[in-house]
Amino acid sequence: MQLATLLIGLISATALWSGVQALNQQARTSYDRAAAIFGGTRSPMLVGRESPVFSQQLFVDLRRAGWPVSPLLEGHIQIGGRTFRLIGIDPVTLPDEAGSASEIGKENLQKFLTPPRETLVAPATLSDMGLREGDAPQMNEGISLPPLTLRPQIAPGVLVVDIGIAQRLLRMPDQVSRLLIARKAVGPVKPLDAVVGDRLRFVEPSAESDLERLTDSFHLNLTAFGLLSFLVGLFIVNSAIGLTFEQRLPMLRTLRACGVSSRTLNTGLLIELLSLALGSGFIGLLSGYVIAASLLPDVVASLRGLYGAQITGQLMLKAEWWIAGLAMSIAGALVAAASSFLKLHRLSVLAAAQPYAWQQTQQRWLKRQGFLAIGALVVAGVALLSGDSLISGFVVLGALLLGAALGLPVVLSFVLWLGERWAGRPLVKWFWADSRQQLSGLSLALMALLLALAVNVGVGTMVGSFSLTFTSWLDGRLAAEVYLNASSDTQAADIKEWLRQRPEVEAILPSARAEAQLAGWPVELLGLADHPTYRDRWPLLEATADAWDRVQTGNGALVSEQLSRHLKLGLGDVLLVPSPTGDWSLEVVGIYADYGNPKGQIAVAIGVLIDRFPQISQTRFGLRVAPAEVSALISSLQRQFGLDRQHIADQTTVKAESNRIFNRTFAVTAALNVFTLGVAGIALLTSLLTLGNTRLPQVAPLWAIGVTLWRLSGIELLKTMSMALMTVLLAIPLGLIVAWCLVAVVNVKAFGWRLPLHIFPMQLLQLLGIAMVAALLATLLPILKLVRMPPAQLIKIFANER
Amino acid sequence: MILRVSNLNKSYRNSEEQLRVLRGVDISVAAGESVALTGESGSGKSTLLHLIAGLDQADSGEIWFGRSLVSKMSDGHLAELRRNKIGLVFQQFNLIPSLKVTDNLAFQARIAGRFDPHWQTELVDRLGLEDLLERYPEQLSGGQQQRVAIGRALAVKPLLLLADEPTGNLDEATADEVLRLARDLVRRTGCSFLMATHSARLAGTLDRQVHLSAGRAT
Repeated sequence: MQLATLLIGLISATALWSGVQALNQQARTSYDRAAAIFGGTRSPMLVGRESPVFSQQLFVDLRRAGWPVSPLLEGHIQIGGRTFRLIGIDPVTLPDEAGSASEIGKENLQKFLTPPRETLVAPATLSDMGLREGDAPQMNEGISLPPLTLRPQIAPGVLVVDIGIAQRLLRMPDQVSRLLIARKAVGPVKPLDAVVGDRLRFVEPSAESDLERLTDSFHLNLTAFGLLSFLVGLFIVNSAIGLTFEQRLPMLRTLRACGVSSRTLNTGLLIELLSLALGSGFIGLLSGYVIAASLLPDVVASLRGLYGAQITGQLMLKAEWWIAGLAMSIAGALVAAASSFLKLHRLSVLAAAQPYAWQQTQQRWLKRQGFLAIGALVVAGVALLSGDSLISGFVVLGALLLGAALGLPVVLSFVLWLGERWAGRPLVKWFWADSRQQLSGLSLALMALLLALAVNVGVGTMVGSFSLTFTSWLDGRLAAEVYLNASSDTQAADIKEWLRQRPEVEAILPSARAEAQLAGWPVELLGLADHPTYRDRWPLLEATADAWDRVQTGNGALVSEQLSRHLKLGLGDVLLVPSPTGDWSLEVVGIYADYGNPKGQIAVAIGVLIDRFPQISQTRFGLRVAPAEVSALISSLQRQFGLDRQHIADQTTVKAESNRIFNRTFAVTAALNVFTLGVAGIALLTSLLTLGNTRLPQVAPLWAIGVTLWRLSGIELLKTMSMALMTVLLAIPLGLIVAWCLVAVVNVKAFGWRLPLHIFPMQLLQLLGIAMVAALLATLLPILKLVRMPPAQLIKIFANER
Repeated sequence: MILRVSNLNKSYRNSEEQLRVLRGVDISVAAGESVALTGESGSGKSTLLHLIAGLDQADSGEIWFGRSLVSKMSDGHLAELRRNKIGLVFQQFNLIPSLKVTDNLAFQARIAGRFDPHWQTELVDRLGLEDLLERYPEQLSGGQQQRVAIGRALAVKPLLLLADEPTGNLDEATADEVLRLARDLVRRTGCSFLMATHSARLAGTLDRQVHLSAGRAT
């Protein structure tokens, strides 16, 4: 039984940890490929100082001055209603160290440069497009790209063409996004400012891309969950090893009496443990692979929906993942066994045969555990008061959970002691006293249950709060009944003209977006029309009295909550936003909630935004329409202008899509929650089954002096259910504190926004019910075993040799 | 007669064969009588005591306890019998490890609803347990534990005290002392006493002996 428990613990711990790490590694591999692709952040480069693109002539001038530069143009195009990143390169001048240059530079150069030319694409992108190699995709405007050619090294979602083709497709003639710089120059090089003045600036290669920075918190959350699951699994291992040692003590005593040294015994036990850890590690890794494969679609969708990140949908794992997983399994087993080895080393072998001596040792450990619990809670408090980062947020959470878990047996022991003290009737007294004696065998399983339940309550409360807040927030942000994104500015103008003739259209609300960088952080500028739709419904958290008026004058801006936290902005602070027409000074007049957006956002008047960013497209707008007319209007627009679902949507559809992304994001968390709770339930079951074997000597004397087996079984059931109930009742307030930590500390540091905390009593009751049912199921098997035990087996307890 | 056993048979089956432990055993114990059940190891002494106490079921035969046929009782009635009318003492003491001595002593009497604080005090005094009441069983010596076991068995003032090798784990001096205390208390309560032992010396201190050999009583 202990062997099964040990294996289950190690396998489940390794599986959950390695599964999460596989997901993280898959994502980071994709980010690496995206960052490394021609002109990603891994290469040194020159970029425009004041605008995202600049004249090709600068490239020519620099080459003539000896600079080993290569031009690159980047933009986004739409094919079949989907957006793809288009990169135009000059393979002749492309540095060897940039991306897959060697693939193109040699034998494929002619094919890339001469008609019909090539569009390089990753297998996953080809699959997304629903096309085959050799097909020539068409953009939404009807312009064809060169035929598609597969290149596995290309990141998903990226199309690579010759720069001349890209300039034509993006309608940016003679424009360049950046100049990649090769490591070695050939010949002397003139100083940069002597050639281009201050029109370009140098950018060092970055170890971390924007995408990695943005998604850091998502992956950290996953890792935290994986770690929690690993720890819960280790609790099972610790429990199994502890019980194994307790049961083996008579055998160990005999071996010592026969002359086997303590060192030999410990070495043998260590080899046994490592062998089991290695075997369990392999099985755990295979299970982890299955878990990761099953969760990958949700993770891919979440990262795409939240961050626009393109992740390959097939797991590709490096050797390091396998080695790290095995190492975790072995290290975890050693850590879990450490306390048992220590206790065995310190305890006199002769005294080891006495359960009371063992119990006395457990009492001493309980005291130390109590002090450790207090220490962990103090660490949590200090981290809360003095910490200011995501890591410190996790320290608060981790220390809180650890302190609570360590403190649980102390609290239970005290409650049981009180119960024993106040009990009058003999069986009641025995109930409390025996529960206290059983506690050391069950405490690790109960600690695992406490942690799993508290995290379930915490995450469930957070997700519930988010869901409630998100719904009402979405109502404010998505106030228009219809949302349009025309194919071009020309079409947008035609559509607006047509809409002005429609009586059911109450208002046309244009919007526009531009990108900028503030203090190295990607920021989105959102242009809004001046309309009561926004004034009345935009979800402002703080604002000056004349916020909207100030926004419309062009010198005031509303900033998102995450931007305000990131840059420590408050009302009245001034921002300097770089724009093609020069730095734009904006006073912060309001802060609004912008849940789920990893970028900072600044809301300004649309007219002023267009003045500042003349090149931005003006294809987006919302429509205020009488709800009953929405469907008919959409149909008319589709017929009139050939708009498909990617270009026109009603509010209900957009809200549904937003909710879908939201739900998928938390699907991974929910799955890990269920796994962890399942592992804790198994911990309780295996502990009870193991203890069941050692219960007979405690129970048989009562049976002998006249307590029926049915009554004894009922008392056993009540004991386990009582301890489970006490654990659950402690888990609920702990879980609510965890929820507060997640909402007020972790989420704020991870995502930059804070949710109001709501409590859901029905959810708590439901969890209580599930936990008690799980405890009941875990306890039923040992109880049934006892009830059905033949007298002959019970009598063996009274035999001369036990 | 407080106890009458007639033609009792009991076998155990192991993986290879059927072992006949008791073959047509007949014994009886009168009220207030002390009887020693002697025999070699494996002669069936413990099996007979377990059957009398209702801890196991015979293959055939009858066990009468007063006017009650033990061999036909339900589990519930057997438990009631053991609770109210029989005191059990085992070689391994079998005290309740999670309860202190004072609670162990009173346990059976309390669950039977027959707790007598004066009798409890007298037992503590006669068994010399005054200084041990707040200790746990593991903290006592073998002799001390057996005295507690005897006290627990007699606290309910049973009609029959059954003892299975009660001195088997004790040294000679302690064994004599424990048995002397048991006999004194049995006389004090007027209950009958049936003790299984392989010691002829100890058996000789009781009123009568019944010898078991190869499953038969002589």
